[in-house]
Amino acid sequence: MSDLRELYQEVILEHSKAPRNYRELATANHRAEGYNPLCGDHFTVYLDLEGDSIRDISFQGSGCAIAKASASMMTQSVKGKTRAEAERLFDQFRNLVTGESPANGNRAELGKLTVFSGVSEFPVRVKCATLAWHTLHAAMQGKQETVSTE
Amino acid sequence: MTTAARRLSREPRTAEVRNAGAELDVHKIRCDFPILRQRVRGRKLVYLDNAATSQKPQVVIDAIGRYYEQGNANIHRGVHFLSEHATEEYEGARRTVQSFLNAADASEIIFVRGATEGINLVAQTYARTKVHAGDEVLITAMEHHSNIVPWQILCEEKGARLRVAPISDSGELLLEEFERLLGPRTKIVAVTHVSNALGTINPVQRVIEMAHRGNIPVLVDGAQAVPHLKVDVQALDCDFYVFSGHKVYGPTGIGVLYGKSALLDAMPPYQGGGDMISSVTFEKTIYNKLPYKFEAGTPHVAGAISLGAGIEYVNGLGMDNIAAYEHELLAYATEAVSAIPGIRLIGTAKEKAGVLSFLVDSIHPHDIGTILDHEGIAVRTGHHCAQPVMQRFGIAATARASFALYNTREEVDALVEGLQRVREVFA
Repeated sequence: MSDLRELYQEVILEHSKAPRNYRELATANHRAEGYNPLCGDHFTVYLDLEGDSIRDISFQGSGCAIAKASASMMTQSVKGKTRAEAERLFDQFRNLVTGESPANGNRAELGKLTVFSGVSEFPVRVKCATLAWHTLHAAMQGKQETVSTE
Repeated sequence: MTTAARRLSREPRTAEVRNAGAELDVHKIRCDFPILRQRVRGRKLVYLDNAATSQKPQVVIDAIGRYYEQGNANIHRGVHFLSEHATEEYEGARRTVQSFLNAADASEIIFVRGATEGINLVAQTYARTKVHAGDEVLITAMEHHSNIVPWQILCEEKGARLRVAPISDSGELLLEEFERLLGPRTKIVAVTHVSNALGTINPVQRVIEMAHRGNIPVLVDGAQAVPHLKVDVQALDCDFYVFSGHKVYGPTGIGVLYGKSALLDAMPPYQGGGDMISSVTFEKTIYNKLPYKFEAGTPHVAGAISLGAGIEYVNGLGMDNIAAYEHELLAYATEAVSAIPGIRLIGTAKEKAGVLSFLVDSIHPHDIGTILDHEGIAVRTGHHCAQPVMQRFGIAATARASFALYNTREEVDALVEGLQRVREVFA
């Protein structure tokens, strides 16, 4: 039971029920869609990029609790950051959920995102946790096609 | 029908019948399946993913081992002892399948990799010669991807049209709509016997009668039917019937295509190679007779033989006993799961087999699956390779518990407890 609670932490459940920045972004100049064919989860990430920095971000779509909470908390974490900072955060987040030791920087930068550390005990759920991040990555690169977790 | 089964169909709620699983001693049966002794995540394994694949009884596992330890040889060509013996066993398995489906002749039983390959074979041989530009192929809205995509590939190649008969909100085929879609352009009908996502048992006999009035042949996808129902291809009068061995207690990689011999005879071969020929020159090849014309290359000999062992195991228990026991178990599970607040069943047809598909509140099925898995309960979550079915119900996925002859009421109770746990976590 303990690692189940580790996965479904209160913060995660709360974000999955009331996701932040969950809307279409009128000022968006970048957007991308992400899809997990395994479970049908599907998100759109909207970005308002000003030069190199993320002025605003939002998302919409459907997914499991892990995927939705991850998307919600991601939008909070990267708002106001530069692309390079967001990419670095993605790297650290991926290391966190796959259980790999942080390659660059430390976990301190992840802040609240460390609540997702429990995912590393559930390998099949890594795709859920990273779907929004992959989609953000695609949006920042200006790719138009749907990114897939497969 | 056995006495118990007859009794069950009349009065399914009596206390007597509740224990009448009766003719099936399920606790004894469970001992035949070594994997069920296993503990998963520190819990007793509750395996409710039988629609994906069933577990294997010891007799099937032993048949595989025995073949490779004592019987391995190539078939249909050697004059030596082992080859002759392997050929006998392989052809014996074919006769076992023949009587299991009540086919008129053993040569109407083609061994393939599974239901998927059987459907592709028919699409690429029979249908490929019959379907032309402007023609139609008719399927239903509850098909598995394996009974959609092979027809799409064919229709695209030929400039033909794939028509889809709709289903009701309870997941039943709308027969009148189906009949209306049959026309002079319809060249073949392909329909599932039992839906893998909804559990609906289709009235395939009536579907076949309707299609045959227009001389349209019918392929029935029996992958989800043969583990649960007695199938008689002659009584159904279907033209083609396919199933996968691994869903009916056999190994993976082996399955069956049944076809009426007149149709199979007229069809071009599927793959060319050894065994499917009677003579080869560079100028002309003469194809072998049925069923070998469709079995190019060395087949899955161990697979066929151990599938035969699986079917004999099922025969030993009695298909009617199995159907009656599972029917009662599904009714029990449906009632118990329905009683949980926030449950929405997907697939509430009057006639169902083996499958309970559901949603809990607005909790994503993937989360349901993870939490149940934590309790040692294996269910399937997702679209079940039937995305159009999900679209029909306006959902992305469901959680699906699917039953086999070794499942028990205690396991259903564990599922119910697990689902309560799911609701607690997401309260």
